[in-house]
Amino acid sequence: MKRAYLVALIAAPLGLLAFPAHAALRVFACEPEWGALAEALGGPLVDVSVATSALQDPHQIQAKPSLIARTRNADLVVCTGAELEIGWLPVLLQQSGNAKVQPGQPANFAAADYVRKLEVPSQVDRSQGDVHASGNPHIQTDPRNIALVAAALGDRMQQVDPAHASQYAQRRADFMLRWRQAMARWTAQGAALKGVPVVSQHKAFVYLYDWLGMNEVAVLEPKPGVEPSASHLQQVLSTLKGTPVRMVLYAAYQDPRPSEWLSKNAGIPAVMLAFTVGGTEGAKDLFGLFDDTLARLLAAEATR
Amino acid sequence: MRKLLSASLALALAAPLGALADTQSDIEALRRQIEAIRADYEARLQALELRLKAAEAAAATPAATAPSSPAPAIASSGGGANAFNPSISLILSGLYTRTSQDPAQYAITGFSLPSNVQVGAGSRGLSLSESELGLAASVDPWLRGAANIALQPDDTVSVEAAYIQTNSLGNGFSLKAGRFFSSAGYLNPQHSHTWDFVDNPLAYQALLGTQYGDDGLQLAWIAPIDQYVELDAELGRGRSFPGSDTGRNGPGMVALIAHTGGDVGDSNSWRSGLSMLDAKADDQSLVAANTAGSTVTNAFTGSTRVWVADAIWKWAPHGNAVRTNFKLQGEYLRSTRSGSLVYDVANLARPGAYRTIQSGWYVQGVYQFIPHWRFGLRTEQLNAGTPDYGLNAASIASSGYRPSRNTLMFDFSPSEFSRVRLQFARDRGHEGFGDNQLFLQYQTSLGAHGAHSF
Repeated sequence: MKRAYLVALIAAPLGLLAFPAHAALRVFACEPEWGALAEALGGPLVDVSVATSALQDPHQIQAKPSLIARTRNADLVVCTGAELEIGWLPVLLQQSGNAKVQPGQPANFAAADYVRKLEVPSQVDRSQGDVHASGNPHIQTDPRNIALVAAALGDRMQQVDPAHASQYAQRRADFMLRWRQAMARWTAQGAALKGVPVVSQHKAFVYLYDWLGMNEVAVLEPKPGVEPSASHLQQVLSTLKGTPVRMVLYAAYQDPRPSEWLSKNAGIPAVMLAFTVGGTEGAKDLFGLFDDTLARLLAAEATR
Repeated sequence: MRKLLSASLALALAAPLGALADTQSDIEALRRQIEAIRADYEARLQALELRLKAAEAAAATPAATAPSSPAPAIASSGGGANAFNPSISLILSGLYTRTSQDPAQYAITGFSLPSNVQVGAGSRGLSLSESELGLAASVDPWLRGAANIALQPDDTVSVEAAYIQTNSLGNGFSLKAGRFFSSAGYLNPQHSHTWDFVDNPLAYQALLGTQYGDDGLQLAWIAPIDQYVELDAELGRGRSFPGSDTGRNGPGMVALIAHTGGDVGDSNSWRSGLSMLDAKADDQSLVAANTAGSTVTNAFTGSTRVWVADAIWKWAPHGNAVRTNFKLQGEYLRSTRSGSLVYDVANLARPGAYRTIQSGWYVQGVYQFIPHWRFGLRTEQLNAGTPDYGLNAASIASSGYRPSRNTLMFDFSPSEFSRVRLQFARDRGHEGFGDNQLFLQYQTSLGAHGAHSF
């Protein structure tokens, strides 16, 4: 009897050590869009956990205990990169004690490595606000970028989980086909937005504008990451007298008040965009994200 | 015999059937592989087409993209010898201090500390507060190195941290070697520029010499479960209070630390832990007051065990701390020192036994009520206990006084990299000398982006 207890005592911690031998590939995604993409490309082969929600500012996350535990157990880390997570991802990786997801390892995937980045500053200085040396990191607002990242992430999943490589390839081909069809639809819908002048609250939508050919006339934040001040808002308002715009755009995680102020004073609609999966009711997955984004933009464009 | 014959005949007949079935499944597998390869290539082709289109679009409208993106490729870091330079950060900080009592006369009543442990408000008037230079980089694929050089206002330079750390042990383990702050408690491992108040709680000042740093090894392990559980074991030489450089071959400090934590909903997260730190001291000079009210220096030889229980709870609506957030933290420290004490080393040098149990706690809350603006309250108390001085009992003062302090803090952070802080404290640490302390401090961080630790 006593020996049974002893065996149980020794076996319990060993059982704990054996726990990681889990069937599904555990994916730790920094942002909801990459969680949704991993889910779409992995399906039942993956177990996705997303570090942040659409209501959180991805720049300003803390390396909280639950995130350390999830990084420690991850088989694949999927993040934006381009310094978006510079304040917290290095801390998570360092503290996790997880060798396979360290930078440079195959299980560490940075989406921004696979797209052409916009707004790469020629000079990096914090007097310019919270600038990112490798360019604007909010790449997920252009569906062409999602396609590029999907192709690369599909490759990476096959590399990290070779036992299921053919299934990943199949799922990726299926996703790419559906994405291509959806993109054709979105591009057709978005044609009405070409050249439309807008104001944004944060430099969060440059890739969206680049895709649809929209024209960003002004930004409510005087510098990236710096809260809009009353005087800067007045300045933007006076700019709009000369160059009228159709709408002001802000992301779901942002304080709506600066955009609402401009909306009221300039008489233009303030449009909240999901920014990522989960940001609005309609943005349930990546397809929903762009359906919802276009619907909101077109609705605002229609109100004259 | 006949049975054996029939069995072997059956086997011989069955074998080609099996082979047939094998070829069938082989063909199936091959077909699936070809399907997969085809699907894979289609996906690749689509991606290439997209890239081509993007490149064409970029080439077709150079005017639109030129101002935003001079280099339409994956950003690469600058070349040359500098490419391997470590990331550098510099903390610049300055302080104005106003106190109603002379800081030079300050002591925490009932707590004997070495003279180099800084207690109280420091120097009055305008001063440079601790500035810190931080360097960090990967050593090679297996190690990372980091150093923090503290530049003190009195023109001295000290090495606050200088360590290497593994990132490749795997299974949740990481090993650190060098000089670092012990992971005990919540505040101990934090560098001063991340504190929410200008100074550390009295309990840290009196029981851990402000902050316990040591030269040694630390092994950390994160449990492979969804709940965060971290266990740390530390060995050190025991170079600072409550230890003293003992000059022995073995370790002068051993610490065992356990922390756990998690989330409650999407708006709350927490962490709590229990730490035990053992340190040895040899001939440690301690400043104390004798029954006549004058200052004497005693020498302590023995061991100290400090227990730290810590808990922190953070709230932010939907986990978005940018607009408003609240942070509540509290720690309880309990120190047992036992060994011998030589009373008045300079004159009488009278040895005697010594045993004391002392404790202290603080609770603080910091609330960001609008973006960039926060205020905080801290309340704390110490219990000096009733030390057993053995033969020296009649010579050393012990009054049963309980030092306490209440602090109010107000700060403004124009950006993530700068902060201005106003702090007012009513400090009753020194019996009979209630001190009103006012601090005005700025703190800035230059260079490499700071870490958002919990």
